[in-house]
Amino acid sequence: MSTGLRSPSHGGAPAAVSAQSPAAAALPASSARSERGRRQQLRLVLSAIPLGLFILFAAVGPLLMPYDPVTVRTGERLKPPGEQTRDGARAWLGTDQVGRDLLAQVLQGARISLLVGISTVAIAGLLGIAAGIIAGYYGGLLDGFLMRLADVQLGFPSILLAILIAAVLGPSVTNVIITLSLTRWVTYARVARASTLVAKERDFVTAARALGARDGRLLGRHILPSIIAPWAVIATVEVGLVIIAEASLSFLGLGTPPDQPSWGLIVANGRAYLNTAWWISTMPGLALSLVVISVGIFGDRLRDYLDPRFAGTV
Amino acid sequence: MAAYILRRLGYSTFVLWGALTIVFASIRLAPGDPAQLMLGTDASAQDVAALRQRLGLDRPIPIQYGRYLLDALRLDFGSSLRLDQPALQAVAERLGATAQLAASAMLLAVLVSFPLGIWAALRPRSIVDGIVSVLSLLGQSVPGFWLGIMFILLFARQLRWLPSAGSESWLHLVLPAVTLALPLVGVLTRLVRSGLLDVLHEDYIRTARAKGLTPRSVVSRHALLNTLIPIITLIGLQLGHLLGGAVIVETVFAWPGVGRLLVEAITNRDYPLVQAAILMVTTGFILINFLVDLSYGYLDPRVRLR
Repeated sequence: MSTGLRSPSHGGAPAAVSAQSPAAAALPASSARSERGRRQQLRLVLSAIPLGLFILFAAVGPLLMPYDPVTVRTGERLKPPGEQTRDGARAWLGTDQVGRDLLAQVLQGARISLLVGISTVAIAGLLGIAAGIIAGYYGGLLDGFLMRLADVQLGFPSILLAILIAAVLGPSVTNVIITLSLTRWVTYARVARASTLVAKERDFVTAARALGARDGRLLGRHILPSIIAPWAVIATVEVGLVIIAEASLSFLGLGTPPDQPSWGLIVANGRAYLNTAWWISTMPGLALSLVVISVGIFGDRLRDYLDPRFAGTV
Repeated sequence: MAAYILRRLGYSTFVLWGALTIVFASIRLAPGDPAQLMLGTDASAQDVAALRQRLGLDRPIPIQYGRYLLDALRLDFGSSLRLDQPALQAVAERLGATAQLAASAMLLAVLVSFPLGIWAALRPRSIVDGIVSVLSLLGQSVPGFWLGIMFILLFARQLRWLPSAGSESWLHLVLPAVTLALPLVGVLTRLVRSGLLDVLHEDYIRTARAKGLTPRSVVSRHALLNTLIPIITLIGLQLGHLLGGAVIVETVFAWPGVGRLLVEAITNRDYPLVQAAILMVTTGFILINFLVDLSYGYLDPRVRLR
């Protein structure tokens, strides 16, 4: 596990990322001065471009689309990509079984993916980091309880737990965010705990304590900053995983409701039309894959940038 | 060794208990009455009351929980509401198909990723290495349900080489197994590659080379064996994800396994069946990881199991 292994997939991430020492991860500035550091900075910025485009499309795309993605237009059913609709507009990605424009749906779906991805990573991240820091800093019973809970959750295949919670809560965007936050806090908690255990024994923390700093200040000013770098790397990887998890839940009919078509749901809708309209299932999945690939590349570059020891290993 | 096994066993039991508790809590603590949810909104009040009584939902939560644990201990998950048979039996009947799918996918992934990983490690920064990186990125980024549908479009609809749904012949196994294996190939190949790259710098490898051993025997006898532990660990962890991924792949390819059963049970709000399915899969996962832990001592005598 010593080289830069990107997250093996759900739940497997902590081992790989927590293996980095926070000391090395917290010092991007010194490496940025070197030639190599500048090159890495450039690579990082370049890899952020596709992601930026995705966020831009998700934010303004639906505003630019001439019509509502959920409007039913039976006259425009199953038009292949690029064909003209009756009102002279062009259905660039085709239309679906009830005549809804696929491009409009994909742009709308981008919003949902982005919303779920960012909210989940924020909520799960906050929960997990809080739990991890408290567990690592105070130790004792609370630590035991939180970490055993984490063990139990990792003992579950995470998609099963998500399926269970999502099924019980019912389909809605909020419920998907709740479900995925509940299933994904563990990764952050483990990494935050590991970093805290290392950080609280370091000299500057001991020194600050000797000077009379209280727990709150030690945690906020000295320990939290050392967790930021590994957190940023995990959070990026997690955005991709969460977007896939949301799409998978929606594909199974457990994610977003029918009036808020997310990418997974559109792919599921298109399954009945594979013989006649290949594009319905293809287009949203393609968008999904491209986004997750860009997130993955950005995550790798970010890790290289924040922790130069891993640069170029994979 | 015996103490270690006992401790791991105790630990696995604990995780299993935790899983049981989480399943219990998610169903009971959710908004709405489970009996009402199971029967749907148009069920009569009498039917709902009867089901509540049959499932013991009219009792206090702690008593429900106690009975639930006792029943689970006796492997009694109640009867499926739709299938008219014990939930456990329904799951057991589907277990074989899922095991077959997961094992084929794992075997396929191992058969592909070891040669690829070795090849990439022996020629770092070559074209092969680059292809491996791209493959593993794709494997981890492309969602399984979509990949499966793309395979159906290409190999079943367009080329008509392979069937897209069902489980009548081994040909039916090909597409689901490949879909399930692909993310794994990426992860495993990377791990084989990086593990080998680490080991190849060790002194004993230089010694083996200096002795005049063939490169083949240096890699297979000396280097590869020493990279097995993290790989086996990952395989154990990935089997869990494989079981999770099987839920989706089985749905895509209409493969008659536990995963598809689970999705159907959830759609039907057949909670006894949901419980049985989730717990059987989780038990399988915990058992596999238990065996993986035990294998360390065998694979690497330096690991002392305590």
